[in-house]
Amino acid sequence: MFKQLSLRRRESLWGYVFISPWIIGFIVFTAGPMLASMILSLTHYNIAEPPTFVGLTNYVKLFTQDQKFWHALRVTMTFAFVAIPLNLAFGFIVAYLLNMKVPGVAFWRTIYYLPSVMPGVATALLWGLLFNPRVGVLNWILSLVGIKGPGWLASPQWALPALILMSLWGVGGGMIIYLAGLQGIPTSLYEAAQIDGANRLQQLLKITLPLMSPVIFYNLVTGIIGTFQYFTDAYVLTGGGPVDATLFYNLYLYKQAFTYRNMGYASALAWVLFLIVLAFTLLVFRSSDLWVYYEGEMRS
Amino acid sequence: MKDNRIKSKKATNRLETIISLIILSIGVIIISIPLLWMVSSSLKGKNAVNTFPPQWIPREPLKVQVDGRNCYMYEIPINGTVRQMALYKKEGPTGTFVNPEDPTERYELPVGDGKRITQIKLHWENFSLALQAAPFGRYALNTLLIVVFGTLGTLLSCTIVAYGFARFRAPGLNWLFLILLATVMLPPQVTLIPTFIIFSRIHWYDTLYPLIIPTFFANAWDVFMLRQFFMSLPRELDEAAIIDGCSYWCILWKIIVPQSFPALATVTIFSMLYAWNDFYEPLIYLQSPRHWTLALGLQGFNALYTKQGHLLMAASLMMALPPIITFFLAQRIFIQGVVVSGIKG
Repeated sequence: MFKQLSLRRRESLWGYVFISPWIIGFIVFTAGPMLASMILSLTHYNIAEPPTFVGLTNYVKLFTQDQKFWHALRVTMTFAFVAIPLNLAFGFIVAYLLNMKVPGVAFWRTIYYLPSVMPGVATALLWGLLFNPRVGVLNWILSLVGIKGPGWLASPQWALPALILMSLWGVGGGMIIYLAGLQGIPTSLYEAAQIDGANRLQQLLKITLPLMSPVIFYNLVTGIIGTFQYFTDAYVLTGGGPVDATLFYNLYLYKQAFTYRNMGYASALAWVLFLIVLAFTLLVFRSSDLWVYYEGEMRS
Repeated sequence: MKDNRIKSKKATNRLETIISLIILSIGVIIISIPLLWMVSSSLKGKNAVNTFPPQWIPREPLKVQVDGRNCYMYEIPINGTVRQMALYKKEGPTGTFVNPEDPTERYELPVGDGKRITQIKLHWENFSLALQAAPFGRYALNTLLIVVFGTLGTLLSCTIVAYGFARFRAPGLNWLFLILLATVMLPPQVTLIPTFIIFSRIHWYDTLYPLIIPTFFANAWDVFMLRQFFMSLPRELDEAAIIDGCSYWCILWKIIVPQSFPALATVTIFSMLYAWNDFYEPLIYLQSPRHWTLALGLQGFNALYTKQGHLLMAASLMMALPPIITFFLAQRIFIQGVVVSGIKG
């Protein structure tokens, strides 16, 4: 094929041929649907009847009348602002301790990472039992120290904290990435610092944290994106309740689309979700100039 | 003087290690409690799941048959020695205790003096009961179909596309690569609804196709990882192969792929894990139970058997075991994969 073309042209053409599966996929499964969902977000559409164009009605309704939208946003943000920092901190602490030349790193790493490979539904069902207010393990442990445990998933105040607590079970995911980053820091830096008389805390603040900031940054960005995808645990355990206490954004979108069949409205929700995630990610990227340190980078 | 300093430094290092180990152990205990609870619950009898305080090792009262009657075994002091007797009959606070070996030997004693004997009882039958309670074979088959073909599609398409991005120069290719990377940021919800409508229109709703076919069109994560790996391979072999008359296609399969097994193993493991564990997409595309995957089946099982925690945990454990075993066997690949996609990303 392409024999009569110059070598350069032939190479280019073959390049396009090899990436063509992705190009086709991109058009059919990404670009096309993106455009379609933008158009759909301007319509009322329930699949059974053809869509009717309604302009910006969906967006106006969303921002001005839909209490549940704001509520879902609040739930998701609360989760993001509490669970992400906790996960970042605990993951970092575990990795930092593992990096202190403790014996049996592989063993510890395995146990900490194990929850991250479990199927989401199985994990959710397991925690459903642990959270049982009457006979659950969690309230039993609390009762050992004389605390009467709350209703957890059955309680509007405690359902969201319960899911946050549960998310901490997955610290191993971030931990592995931190650990690899920590192992990549040259020991010569610490040795030099020790000669200069820096103690552990100073080494942590002046060497480890700055050099780890790109990894922390990466975990932060994926954490934000992940929170807006949060679905399985809430769907399986609470279905968004009690009284919408765990109505996460993605769950609300799912309900609008597949329970109420409001495809146009759900598309608008999807686009708002996209813009929020984009805004957050850009904000984090922008702020990264202030706190993320890249080796070999020239400061302007 | 210097010697002392070194010694004290060693001592602090020792102390640091010990403190680290203590904190890590506390963490491991916290992490393990749910896992142990899952295993323990899956082996309990129907009544032992909902006891308080919780039982970690399932125990049940020991029973024997005396004169065709089921009796609990007790440890009870008789004439100064503690003996094991069966409680045959109970009237008010006193009971008739019988020697199970010699039923004629009987004593009337206060039941309160005795202690019921319990023994460890593991209900292995929970696993087969759970399997019979729902068509898990069917669910497993569906899941395996998605795992096998989804992984095949991912491997095939991502290898080809990554090769295109790694080894060819063409106008606009760099831009296309940036677009590919940007799609990582795109929340799937933005494309979900139109994609769902398309699949419904071509009557693929409630079939496995929507979960398999898209994998044949490559995804950003795996393409990115494979491209990075391919780019680290020396080009000399490619060039030698071209001189020998090998086509680009043949270079990919004869030169690139054989050198890339570690990276391909990572893609394989993660796409298998994803397909096995995924809940969201099957929930959207699969409606009738005969098409359900294990994740959906487990959730459906939960809806029916809420009160039967032992069967629920038996089923959950069975679904969790393949990923856990794979993880233990292929730890290095797992950890490398997380790190490669994490650090370089």
